[in-house]
Amino acid sequence: MQKRNKNALITTSDEERQNNSTVQARREKEQAGMEASMATASDGSISANSKESASKRAQTLPGTAEQSKEPAEPKEMVTLQIDGITVEVEKGLSLLEAARNIGINIPSLCYLKDINEIGACRVCLVEIEGQRTLQASCVYPSVDGLIVRTNTARVRKARKRTVELLLSNHHRECTTCNRNLNCELQNVADDLAIRDIEPTGEVRRYEIHDNNPAIQRDYNKCIHCRRCEAICSKMQQCHVYSAQNRGFETVIAPAFMRDLGEVACIMCGQCVIACPVGSLTDKESMSPIWEILEDPRNHVVVQTAPSIQVTLGEEFGLPVGTVVTGKMVTALRRLGFDQVFATDFAADLTIMEEAHEFIGRFEEGRLPFLTSCCPGWIKFCEHFYPQFIPNLSTCKSPMSMFGALTRFYHGKKRDIDPERLFSVAIMPCTAKKYEAARPEHSDGKRPHIDYVLTTRELAMMIRQAGIDFAKLPDSEYDSPLGEYTGAGTIFGATGGVMEAALRTAYWAMTGGKKVENSPQEEVREQTVEFREIRGQSGLKISKVRLGDHEIKVAVAHGTGNARQILEAIIAGEKIDYVEIMACPGGCVGGGGQPVLGGRDHRKISLDYRHNRSDALYNIDYSKKLRNSHENATIQNLYKTYLDHPGSEKAHKVLHTAYRARNRWS
Amino acid sequence: MTLQKIQSLEDLNSIKEKTMPYLSLRLGAFGDDRTSQEKAEALASSPYNHSIMVCAGTGCLSSNSQKVKEQLLEEINKRHLADKVEIVKTGCFGFCELGPVVVIHPGAYFYCRIQPEDVQDIFDNHIEKGQAVQRLLYKNPTTHEITETMDENKFFHPQTRIALRNCGIINPEKMDEYIARDGYRALAKVLMEMTPSEVVKTVRDSELRGRGGAGFLTGRKWAFTAAVKQDYKYVVCNADEGDPGAFMDRSILEGDPHAVLEAMAIAGYAVGASEGYIYVRAEYPIAVARLEKAIEEATQKGLLGENILGSGFNFTVEIRLGAGAFVCGEETALLRSVTGQRGEPRSRPPYPAVQGLWDKPTLLNNVETYANIPQIILQGPQWYASIGTEGSKGTKIFSLAGKINNTGLIEVPMGTTLRTIVYEIGGGIPQGKSFKAIQTGGPSGGCLPAEHLDKPIDYESLTEIGSMMGSGGLIVMDESDCMVDIARFYLEFTQDESCGKCTPCRIGTKRLLEIVNRITEGNGKLEDLEILEELGHDIQEASLCGLGQTAPNPVLSTLHYFREEFITHIQDKRCPAGVCKALSRHEIDQEKCISCSICTKHCPVKAISGERKVKPFLIDPDICTNCGICVEKCPPKAILRR
Ligand SMILES: Cc1cc2nc3c(=O)[nH]c(=O)nc-3n(C[C@H](O)[C@H](O)[C@H](O)COP(=O)(O)O)c2cc1C
Ligand code: SF4
Ligand code: SF4
Ligand code: SF4
Ligand code: FES
Repeated sequence: MQKRNKNALITTSDEERQNNSTVQARREKEQAGMEASMATASDGSISANSKESASKRAQTLPGTAEQSKEPAEPKEMVTLQIDGITVEVEKGLSLLEAARNIGINIPSLCYLKDINEIGACRVCLVEIEGQRTLQASCVYPSVDGLIVRTNTARVRKARKRTVELLLSNHHRECTTCNRNLNCELQNVADDLAIRDIEPTGEVRRYEIHDNNPAIQRDYNKCIHCRRCEAICSKMQQCHVYSAQNRGFETVIAPAFMRDLGEVACIMCGQCVIACPVGSLTDKESMSPIWEILEDPRNHVVVQTAPSIQVTLGEEFGLPVGTVVTGKMVTALRRLGFDQVFATDFAADLTIMEEAHEFIGRFEEGRLPFLTSCCPGWIKFCEHFYPQFIPNLSTCKSPMSMFGALTRFYHGKKRDIDPERLFSVAIMPCTAKKYEAARPEHSDGKRPHIDYVLTTRELAMMIRQAGIDFAKLPDSEYDSPLGEYTGAGTIFGATGGVMEAALRTAYWAMTGGKKVENSPQEEVREQTVEFREIRGQSGLKISKVRLGDHEIKVAVAHGTGNARQILEAIIAGEKIDYVEIMACPGGCVGGGGQPVLGGRDHRKISLDYRHNRSDALYNIDYSKKLRNSHENATIQNLYKTYLDHPGSEKAHKVLHTAYRARNRWS
Repeated sequence: MTLQKIQSLEDLNSIKEKTMPYLSLRLGAFGDDRTSQEKAEALASSPYNHSIMVCAGTGCLSSNSQKVKEQLLEEINKRHLADKVEIVKTGCFGFCELGPVVVIHPGAYFYCRIQPEDVQDIFDNHIEKGQAVQRLLYKNPTTHEITETMDENKFFHPQTRIALRNCGIINPEKMDEYIARDGYRALAKVLMEMTPSEVVKTVRDSELRGRGGAGFLTGRKWAFTAAVKQDYKYVVCNADEGDPGAFMDRSILEGDPHAVLEAMAIAGYAVGASEGYIYVRAEYPIAVARLEKAIEEATQKGLLGENILGSGFNFTVEIRLGAGAFVCGEETALLRSVTGQRGEPRSRPPYPAVQGLWDKPTLLNNVETYANIPQIILQGPQWYASIGTEGSKGTKIFSLAGKINNTGLIEVPMGTTLRTIVYEIGGGIPQGKSFKAIQTGGPSGGCLPAEHLDKPIDYESLTEIGSMMGSGGLIVMDESDCMVDIARFYLEFTQDESCGKCTPCRIGTKRLLEIVNRITEGNGKLEDLEILEELGHDIQEASLCGLGQTAPNPVLSTLHYFREEFITHIQDKRCPAGVCKALSRHEIDQEKCISCSICTKHCPVKAISGERKVKPFLIDPDICTNCGICVEKCPPKAILRR
């Protein structure tokens, strides 16, 4: 050890001492110069992109519209080399996306664009010059000068190994799996030409969890990608899933591995469409439906939700956004349903009731008024924001209204033996299965709806029946409960309910003025002007003039966005009318919709929803009648059966009540 | 103890001057570099005739050093020696196995395994008559030679103490004693004389590398963090110390907590942070208590908090308790854990220096890394860089364990050979057995055979031969250790501790473990060895964090250096060390057995049946745990392990 001078308390040279007086000055100079030194000090691997992340974290409440008005910063571009090809991309873009830009498909499993970018599965590995180990391209940000190789022996070997390991702990029963031929794990295994799994070993076995009406959880097929966890926590903000235990025993599960029915799960099914494999699926209802269809004495009524007609085609290889209303109706008839009706009709009816209810509350000042057609949102409100229950519209959902009418109106009018009358709903939604099972939606003995099928299940039934869907001729819905306006159809997309309600409220509050068959954009301009507040289409707030009144409306989709609106209201923001849909994009993005995990849908993200909703608006646009109050069947229904919107009769048949829930029930 | 705030260098000086005489006797403990005249002066200035140091580290406290201390105090009172003899509660000496440790100054007489009953003897002879109590001094376990003082003790002799310089010398709960040892002087120097970038440059020039395992250049890390332009930054100290068997970080925190606080404040000044967090495992209650006390005292006296030493620089430190998962020591997992999330690593970049705690730039270093900083500032980077090897400067603390005579904590210059550590400091292998391997780096390290004993160890050399520095665990193995079993042990550990996030680690280490298990059970195949190597290599390449990337090291290195042993397990279905239960058994040679029944009495699991002179003595292999006690106890050596 070097000898120290005991008396010199601080070892400083004379020169240093002289500088003492200027330390403060030097320090300040240094701080000022830091900006300049930054660019040189951070090497390629440590990129200072913290600005972006900090703004991501900021929890600014809506209402501060100025924020989004800030001009977008020009994107910094960087140049890198992937497999010898020079590419220029936005700084920070993942290497996986950068490679896809130039036609290199890097296999992936845990990656779900913008939702799950965690580098967990290790399938997307690439070689980066200067890095000791292989890197996950889905999370590795592009920086200047990177040299990346995506197809070397080293990369192929490691990717293969990773998938083999996954398969070695997988209940590989493809032929009986819900996701057979539509499974990302199958795709990846096939892409990597996996023929042999070595070493094999213990395979974890768990019981199937399905103690709820909607969603089945099969842990034996889980690949721990955590897309369910991410979508539930980030997008829906219900935080149902988390990683538990360690090592080989790790599970991605609700707390204490409870069933989804025993936690604050809203049954939206977003996890089901996020899951790349067959670990999260519908709780299927196909078998009992085949059974009731088999007996000719049964009268089986089926209703189809507005969004089914724009998504069912995807299951049969048609492009996203293809309208297949006519083929769908034909298919349902061929399956043996006796009456094929449109939930769109009940959506029109909902508007009549809801617009009436809104106007009443508006006059009484009992606001904000919250829509109630989405059962996932209802359950969310009951679990997390029970204080808003009094603000919920008491209207049943269109499906449930339809179910009630099927029994109390259609059945009675046609004099059908109630025992023989069955009511089936084709829904884009797993939460509808749950809603149908709620005691509030029954007459105390029999539920309004006997069975709910998701879009996916309907497609499976059509395939089982050997129906060549693409070749089907078109046919029309049955009358009269198959008649609907464009307003009913746009219920399937976010903002649709609000727009439909405003069209009718506008008419009512302006004493009968209506927006007649003008193009959709014009209607919007005349009645509703949407003002996006955070550059995030998940949340919109606008002011709308209805006659002498100006009302403030908000539209949120995805319950994470719903939280923001509700928190803003709690914080004092005045909003009169709020539409909330639990699923991102509204019903077109519903948890019961087709899952695009197949090879044709390489782009693993959920940004196909706008195609589906465009299709809905196109239907609306092409309709002669686009306002719910113009629906003649509905006018007639009020005349002969329901009296008027909000009548006692209407309340008995069409309205419902809610209850507060805690974390476990 | 003054409650006045320390506001200047002069204040520090006056505390040092006041306190130094109390310390002057104790400085003989480690590498005393004073001249004999200085020593004599110091001795004369001391208010006491004797300083009795009682170790209050976790090891000695668990062997009840507290009782010894109470007894010593009682004895002082009884003999009215309170103004002549002081009792000092101090940090770890490193020789924990021999606890409770008591060191008596002047002379640094090293007493081991002191019981309260021994205290009277010590006073009668050592204190009153100046005669060391021979029976209580350190005795070499093989030569039975007695060593009186620490200076003569080969365990201490080759050590160079920088990070541990105050452990065993000061009372960690008295800040004044730390100040007397030049404590907070580096902080004063930094605040008064240096700009942040000069501090960074000093650390850079010292070439200090992170002691948490990866060995990243500390100065570079500080420079990165300093360079990021952000309104808010954090400094974090990693005191998770999850490596089983390593306890250097605990000892530093218990023995010299202010050194870490001072270094964190220096780091805060250098990178532009004013908030620090120490993430320490909840199983370290004594370290936590001392830290809490140190933070409180430093804050009260103005060495932490606002406007430190009038410089305008603010720095606070908070403690966060970790739940104890090994992976929480990984930096990104630790940062998540600090914010209350599940401790789970994330992929880097972005590095914590850019996006760390609450997404703000964060400087994260290990306890031992920090403990070096004040001395680097005071003695200069060139001094530090003059110690160690070309690529690894300074000293490293190792915790020495396993089949070795002297186990404990040691600090040696980088580049010390394994042989020096094992045979000189460690005193060789007990019971005349032969050295077989040394495991370095804990669960992420490897097992090295005798051929590497002369390797000067540093970060590079260990990696080169298939192991790691890791946090500095050293476990010596002798012929009675089975290398396959060692590989199994570490795989079991990493598999249990894998966070389960990424596939190669979650499933891959499980498969490795299954194969090794099969081999220890006699169901292995020769092809398995190749699979182990291939799979192990793939896990290293593909895992997300350091845990997975290094988890195969123990099995790969044993496979590399001790392949024959694996093959014997597979082909001959035999465990040469007699450890693997399925492949080894203890048997009684009936010809040699004298039917004395001693083995039956000693068998802890009652696996031996028989009756004296009536029924033959037999070992039931299903009950026997192969502990080997009977082998030792049998008078005619009739029990054999096959
Ligand atoms: C699985 C794992 C466990 C770790 N445990 C610790 C630990 O207990 N203490 C520690 O200081 N560093 C640990 N590290 C290293 C840290 O990630 C980090 O590199 C280190 O704390 C940085 O400080 P240093 O540069 O001063 O070494 C661990 C790393 C891994 C991968
Ligand atoms: S999840 Fe995919 S790979 Fe697994 S059984 Fe189902 S179809 Fe096969
Ligand atoms: S359930 Fe599906 S989405 Fe969730 S972690 Fe498992 S495989 Fe991924
Ligand atoms: S290597 Fe292991 S500990 Fe690290 S992220 Fe992967 S599973 Fe978790
Ligand atoms: S790690 Fe990149 S897709 Fe899973």
